[in-house]
Amino acid sequence: MASLIARRLVSLVVTLLVTSLLIFLVMDLLPGDPAAVMLGTSASPDTLAALQRELGLDQPLPLRYLGWISGVLQGDLGTSYTYGVPVAGLIVERLAVTLPLAAMAILISLMIAVPMGVEAARRQKGLVDLTVGLFSYIGIAVPAFWLGLLLILLFATNLGWMPAGGFPGWEAGALLALQALLLPAVALALPQAAVLTRVTRAAVLETLSEDFVRTARAKGLGEGGAVWRHALPASLVPIIAVFGLQATFLVAGAVLVENVFNLPGLGRLAYQALSQRDVIVMQDVVLFFAALVIVMNFLVELAYILVDPRLRAERS
Amino acid sequence: MRIRKLFGAAAVFGGVLFAALSAAPFAEAAPKTSVTLGMSIEPAGLDPTIAAPVAIGQVTWQNIFEGLTTIDRNGAVQPQLAESWEISEDGKTYTFKLRPGVTFHDGEVFDSSVAKFAIDRARGADSVNPQKRYFQTIEGVETPDAQTLVLKLSEPTGSLLYWLAWPSSSMVGTKSADNNKTTPVGTGPFTFVDWSKGEKVELARNPNYWNKDEAAKLETAVFRFISEPQAQAAALKAGDVDAFPEFAAPELMESFEGDDRLVTVIGDTEMKVVAGMNNARKPFDDARVRQALMMALDRNMIVEGAWSGYGTPIGSHYTPNDPGYVDLTGVYPYDPEKAKVLLEEAGYGNGFTLTIKAPQMAYAQRTAQIMQAMFAQIGVTMNIETTEFPAKWVSDVLKASDYGMTIVAHAEPMDVDIYARDPYYFNYKNPSLNEVLDKIQQTTDSDEQAALYAEAQKILAKDVPALYLFVMPKLGVWDKKLKGLWENEPIPSNVLREVYWEE
Repeated sequence: MASLIARRLVSLVVTLLVTSLLIFLVMDLLPGDPAAVMLGTSASPDTLAALQRELGLDQPLPLRYLGWISGVLQGDLGTSYTYGVPVAGLIVERLAVTLPLAAMAILISLMIAVPMGVEAARRQKGLVDLTVGLFSYIGIAVPAFWLGLLLILLFATNLGWMPAGGFPGWEAGALLALQALLLPAVALALPQAAVLTRVTRAAVLETLSEDFVRTARAKGLGEGGAVWRHALPASLVPIIAVFGLQATFLVAGAVLVENVFNLPGLGRLAYQALSQRDVIVMQDVVLFFAALVIVMNFLVELAYILVDPRLRAERS
Repeated sequence: MRIRKLFGAAAVFGGVLFAALSAAPFAEAAPKTSVTLGMSIEPAGLDPTIAAPVAIGQVTWQNIFEGLTTIDRNGAVQPQLAESWEISEDGKTYTFKLRPGVTFHDGEVFDSSVAKFAIDRARGADSVNPQKRYFQTIEGVETPDAQTLVLKLSEPTGSLLYWLAWPSSSMVGTKSADNNKTTPVGTGPFTFVDWSKGEKVELARNPNYWNKDEAAKLETAVFRFISEPQAQAAALKAGDVDAFPEFAAPELMESFEGDDRLVTVIGDTEMKVVAGMNNARKPFDDARVRQALMMALDRNMIVEGAWSGYGTPIGSHYTPNDPGYVDLTGVYPYDPEKAKVLLEEAGYGNGFTLTIKAPQMAYAQRTAQIMQAMFAQIGVTMNIETTEFPAKWVSDVLKASDYGMTIVAHAEPMDVDIYARDPYYFNYKNPSLNEVLDKIQQTTDSDEQAALYAEAQKILAKDVPALYLFVMPKLGVWDKKLKGLWENEPIPSNVLREVYWEE
């Protein structure tokens, strides 16, 4: 186990270094000069040059990369061009929104998907199965941001139960903050849940036809018990695999949903930084996302080992 | 059974959580000394003297920062930190009498040395002031005593007092200037409290404001940034924001009609939506072609189709807010038949094909689509190429002039002089226009200036270096009881000094 983690860590660092170079080159290829964006349509050439000097944009490409990456390795992510504050602080601030949002979305999607998938598998082709199938079709077809708009219309505009968007901050109290995150989390979770429901149903169905389930039933275990205690645990590997993929999609979804709900999260930071060519913020946030995805995959792999004793045996 | 119980418990917990959160009160009734204003765009830093985005001035100008002069809600120049001035006979020496008893929010006293510092910072070699060109005729700054500031100019600059009122000319303190981007310190009626990045900027009343008669009536003010029009409308209707001085989506304005609490106020901004042409490139180098294209466009239809009927059609690069405005939409009115004749004369009887680089903004995309249909009527085929504003547009169109036609809203007030700039993306050269613009700088008489501005407008209307379409409306939506906000926007701003709640 320890050697596995060590190997993973090395490959994590190498992957991140390669990724950082790629990110840097792509950002450099983006059309548009950050200084020109900041100084607008009236700026004279000498003012532009002065700002480029100030931002260090007049230095050659390799030097700028080395400057950035050596800073990152020492924990200094640089200073945002537009906000004028350290990027590390910005990311941490935004994580206080995006992480709870993602966690809530994951929780909600699991709470919906696993019971629905299992029940649908148990009653294959029954009414529950058909209803669940319909739900998952709709869920897959509906984009999260549109669902978000509908939720705002219903719960904020018409019923007035929920705020229409925005984030009061954790200092306003956990209840208010969680409340602000609830609708966006639901909007993010439903499409994820739809996919996960189908995967769960398929995985459980397949396991149900296996001998050990029949054996469990033959021992006299009730049908529910056989499914929940024997079939579901044995079906978890594909479910976790898809769940891991989906968790990384949450990041992409967060960009849109955070914009719809006006949440100051990491996704919106990335979007804003891109449109304002706050290149240093872009580089840092994308690198952070990349790290997140890699760590996520690693965690998913660990989870396989935990739920599947056969994998554990192979590794050791 | 374990897993099943777990999920059962989770489901119950989730249900309870949802119910609890649904029932929780989320908005306290706003105390009547506080206002929350919505804005579409979050400012890029809070120092208007080092970056161009208008959102910076819309938060800080006249609230946190003040200038030697200011611009009132009618667009007229008024004294502010300079209480009076004298202009020498030759128009090259400005002597300002500075207001005594003015201090910055950090306690620094405002006097002539600070004013000199602020002006030298804006015009110096390392200046990153977005409007540095407006300081270029200032040759020397003298401070004979603490309340007197003398500006020596290389040539008469009739617009100087107006330019000194701009957000980019704000007076900044010697100790605080470097940090204004994150913690702005000015002399204004509001002090900066906090900036939750991505969410809001909070201001509070300045208890030590120099002008006791015009101290702010509000205790606190919050600017909230909401980019999505649907979210803006929802926030207004739910009472999360009290006002959206510049609501982003005209097509949603109707949705406020039945609302007893809200009022809609339509005014003019300074944003002139114009389809600029590369006057150095064929066929746009031929005035007849430009005039024909102008006559192919039905401006009223464009305003109707692109911006739900809100917005004032214009015939030149000037808005009804500004002195000397003339309605010149009649110079080349919609007349496709005449347009075809002109094209024939210019040798394009069979029409031609052009490409418009249209930014992603809704107004630009929609207007371009309508123009496309109208040009087709006179045999001109227009391809629409979407470009990204500001970054890509600035590098391709503004800097490289790599375009035939484009469309963008020019936000800077009274910027007719862009047609005389060289280089500028229109590549337009007209000595008679330059002459008129020079004359404007030769005089300080505002009536004379207004007459000259009218002349400049007429030259542009006749020569059509760009297709003049409409002035972007200021779509104000706010609580009926909120008073004192500006109806028009002679300069991009949200002046809160006179804002109060009616009982």
